[in-house]
Amino acid sequence: MKGIFDYFRSPRQGSAKVAKERLQVIVARERSHRSGPDYLPALHRELLEVIRKYVQVGDEAVQMSLENQGNCEILEVNITLSEPERQE
Amino acid sequence: MARIVVITSGKGGVGKTTTSAALATGLALEGRKTAVIDFDVGLRNLDLIMGCERRVVYDFVNVINGDANLRQALIKDKRTDNLFILPASQTRDKDALTEAGVEKVLDELSQEFEYIVCDSPAGIERGALMAAYFADEAIVVTNPEVSSVRDSDRMLGILSSKTRKAERGEGGLPARLLLTRYAPERVERGEMLSMEDVTEILSIDMLGVVPESQSVLNASNAGMPVILDEESDAGQAYRDAVARFLGEDRPHRFLSTQKKGLFGRLFRG
Ligand SMILES: Nc1ncnc2c1ncn2[C@@H]1O[C@H](COP(=O)(O)OP(=O)(O)O)[C@@H](O)[C@H]1O
Ligand SMILES: [Mg+2]
Repeated sequence: MKGIFDYFRSPRQGSAKVAKERLQVIVARERSHRSGPDYLPALHRELLEVIRKYVQVGDEAVQMSLENQGNCEILEVNITLSEPERQE
Repeated sequence: MARIVVITSGKGGVGKTTTSAALATGLALEGRKTAVIDFDVGLRNLDLIMGCERRVVYDFVNVINGDANLRQALIKDKRTDNLFILPASQTRDKDALTEAGVEKVLDELSQEFEYIVCDSPAGIERGALMAAYFADEAIVVTNPEVSSVRDSDRMLGILSSKTRKAERGEGGLPARLLLTRYAPERVERGEMLSMEDVTEILSIDMLGVVPESQSVLNASNAGMPVILDEESDAGQAYRDAVARFLGEDRPHRFLSTQKKGLFGRLFRG
C-alpha cells in the first residue's frame, strides 16, 4: 500500500527518467546501425579485436557513427582507451 | 480499393489483438465496411476477442490453399454491421502464409471492403512480415516500458524498408503509435514513461493513448470488443483513436489521474 508520504515526493524522480535516457541511447545506436551498410557490426568487432592486441578495453570503447554530408559519406570512429567514469 | 492497415508491435502481449478488434469495430460503427484478419498462424485469438470462436469453420490458410472461398471463411459479426472476421489457421506450419497467397486474399477483399485491418503476430518473423508487407499504413502498438519501446523502434525500421511500398521505392510505410496500458498515476510518480517521453524517443505521431483498464479484461472475458463498452475509459480512448484515424482532430484524454485525493490537490497543485 502506498502511504500518504508518497504524495510528498516530487514527481518525475523515479525510474522512468533512467528508462528514457537508456532508450534514447539504444534507439539512436540501433538506428545508425540500421541505416548503415551491413558490414558495420563486423568492422566494429574486428576493430575491437585489433585494439585488444595492445590495450585492454571494454565493448564500449569503439563507437562508430555514419553520416552523410552532401555526397560524401563519413564514418566516424571514436576509440576511448580508458573508460570514463560511469555516471549512473 | 480498400485501405490496408497493419496493427503491429514486435513485442507480444502489448495489445495488438485488443486494438485490432477495437479499430475494426470502430470503423464498422462509422459505416465503413471492414474486414479484420488474424495473421497469428497457430495462435488464433482474434476470434475469442470478437466473440465468434464458435462460428469458425474455415480459416485464412484454407482460403490461401483453395480449400474454401472467402465467402465461406469470412464470419459476419453478429453485433456490428459492416464487420467481417477472417480467422487465423491453427496449423503449425509457419510457412502456410505465402506471399502470393496473402496477396491474392487481400486483392479479393479489396474489391469489397473499405478497410482491411491486419492483426499481426508478435516477433519479426514471417507472420509479422506478411501482415505488414502489403499494408498502406501501420499502427504500432506500444506499452510504456523499455523492451516494448525498443521493439517498436525495430518494427518501425522494418516498416520503412521491408514492405512492398518500400521495395517499390514509394517510401516507408506511414506509421503512427498507439500507446496502451498507460497508467497515469504511475507516470505522475515518475515510475512509467510518459506519452511525451515515448513520442520523443521514437519521434512518431501518436494516434492514441489507451489507459490500463479492467474493462479490457472484462470485454475479453465476454468476447466483446472493448470499444463497444461506451462507459469505459479504454472504450472511449479507442473511440477517440478511431476518430483520429478517420481524420478528426481530438485531444488526448485519460493522461492524468482524474480523481486527485486531498493530498494530491494540496501538494501537486
Ligand atoms: N488497455 C489495457 N488495459 C488492461 N489490459 C490490457 C489492455 N490492453 C491489453 N490488455 C491485456 O493484455 C493482454 C494482451 O493483449 P493482446 O491484445 O492479446 O496483445 P497482443 O495481441 O499484442 O499479444 C490481454 O490479456 C489483454 O486483456
Ligand atoms: Mg495478438
